[in-house]
Amino acid sequence: MYAQMVKSEPTDRDPTPEEQAFQARIDAGEKIEPKEWMPEGYRKTLVRQIGQHAHSEIVGQLPEGNWITRAPTLERKAILLAKVQDEAGHGLYLYSAAETLGISRDEMFEQLHSGKAKYSSIFNYPTLTWADIGAIGWLVDGAAIMNQVPLQRTSYGPYARAMVRICKEESFHQRQGYHIMMKMARGTDAQREMAQDALNRFWFPSLMMFGPSDKDSVHSKQSMAWKIKINTNDELRQRFVNETVPQAEFLGLTVPDPDLAWNEEKGGYDFSEPDWDEFYEVLKGNGPCNRERLGARVTAWEDGAWFREGLTAYAEKAATRRAASATAAE
Amino acid sequence: MPSLPDMATPNVTELAAGRRGASRDMLAEVPDLKPAFFEWLCRMGDTTLILGHRLSEWCGHGPALEEDIAIANTALDLIGHTQMWLNLAGEVEGQGRSADDLAYLRDAMHFRNALLVELPNGDIGRTLMRQFLFDAWHHEMLGRLEGSAVTEVAEIAAKAKKEVAYHLDRSSDLVVRLGDGTEESHARMQDALDILWPYTGEFCTGDAVDAAVAKAGIAPRPEDLRAPWLAFVGEVLEEATLDMPQNGHAQKGGRQGRHTEHLGYLLAEMQFLQRAYPGAEW
Ligand SMILES: [Fe+2]
Ligand SMILES: [Fe+2]
Ligand SMILES: [Fe+2]
Repeated sequence: MYAQMVKSEPTDRDPTPEEQAFQARIDAGEKIEPKEWMPEGYRKTLVRQIGQHAHSEIVGQLPEGNWITRAPTLERKAILLAKVQDEAGHGLYLYSAAETLGISRDEMFEQLHSGKAKYSSIFNYPTLTWADIGAIGWLVDGAAIMNQVPLQRTSYGPYARAMVRICKEESFHQRQGYHIMMKMARGTDAQREMAQDALNRFWFPSLMMFGPSDKDSVHSKQSMAWKIKINTNDELRQRFVNETVPQAEFLGLTVPDPDLAWNEEKGGYDFSEPDWDEFYEVLKGNGPCNRERLGARVTAWEDGAWFREGLTAYAEKAATRRAASATAAE
Repeated sequence: MPSLPDMATPNVTELAAGRRGASRDMLAEVPDLKPAFFEWLCRMGDTTLILGHRLSEWCGHGPALEEDIAIANTALDLIGHTQMWLNLAGEVEGQGRSADDLAYLRDAMHFRNALLVELPNGDIGRTLMRQFLFDAWHHEMLGRLEGSAVTEVAEIAAKAKKEVAYHLDRSSDLVVRLGDGTEESHARMQDALDILWPYTGEFCTGDAVDAAVAKAGIAPRPEDLRAPWLAFVGEVLEEATLDMPQNGHAQKGGRQGRHTEHLGYLLAEMQFLQRAYPGAEW
């Protein structure tokens, strides 16, 4: 998820014997591990995809973090704090997974801060009421799960293992978010209004999380052959709508799509496409919160420079002192 | 990853009934004890609440991912302690107020946290220095409270102390590293220490409430914590190459409800939903 439009590195020449052997391993369901040979395109595509995913976890702390200090009860405050902390942890696992491919976390931060690397468009939307915290857990974590559950079977070992840990936590997040929505949808009129408004604002941006249709994309074909992408964007979006609509009905909320209808023949819902022009604008940096989100990350990084430098300087001094005392002891 | 605090808090009717017979008799026999005990519990719970809240402001903005996670973890522990202290406070008070009622429906003059914890975070250095100065007191305090005459207090303390031992390890370690890091990190840490120092005196200055709970064997006299706190802090500061401030003046009043200007804003934010939508369930 979170990796909406990852360009793969397709090749237009015939595969070398090495590449053929590599593909055969993937086809046989083997996991690729860090020290093993892999095509440069596979490595680069993975770095891009895992990087986007990691950045999304970190930037994704911000819209929800916006409500930690206003959480309505001590228990809600603790749950939200734990959730946002989990997202930071997800970022950490994913940066570590990417590092096994020969890129450092600092380099990835550099790419995020310069705008070269992307993160999910969803986090460029504002959280305006407490119901948004429910909607994000329910819809955004829900969409993340839809995408990440299949990625537990991805071909790259460290990525697949990170996904296993992450998916467990994401399903907690989704349940907690849904629980907030339930409280509000069944609460006072004002709460119900907030809940419906949150669904109205987050529905289409959530559908955008799966990325535009990629059934004809060469990038997707290559990524699917490498098993770093398991399903098409449309398949996942359809699955998400099928699961989510009954949940909205259970809450007594209305999905903001007049064309939504059950299609018996395909065994799924027909639904309206999100506004893809809006999506491309958000990717370009023109979403409602792009500047604030990226700005907050850059500020955190720059303000923390003296802290990181201080720790490095201490570690160097301590090493020198240890070396000196070892020499003195000889 | 993080474990949510255990929300179950022992029932104080049981406290009054006393698994150790002493508790029940004490609350019954010392007529003035109940209000003082309530007040003292609010001091504990409000202090962990406000500090936990301040720390939670860092979430997503930390100087490194690991630090972001560690700060959130500390905040989470402190919110957990708050639930235990304020639940007990509500039960001791006996007016049917829950921990949430106490946290979200009192105004500043009824808050009993120490001033140190309501001060704005400042840079990460000041946040960590504040944490260190607090952790050193908190750890010492909880150690004494493990021997409290009131079982529930002893139990909360025992539980919290395990977490706080870790907070203290971490904050002392970081104070040492940043104090003895670069010129800039040293200067920032010294500056933080100088600014925060006057707010530490309050922790070790007792009043009639403290005297009453001390007399009942519930908690130590605040003054008795001063020497061990100072010794520990002094040792860490020395290793951190930082100078202990000579300013002996103490800013106090938070524990009696006289606060800085900062607390009102913090509460306005924290209590917004409960105030704007009275009676709603979340
Ligand atoms: Fe996550
Ligand atoms: Fe995720
Ligand atoms: Fe999540």
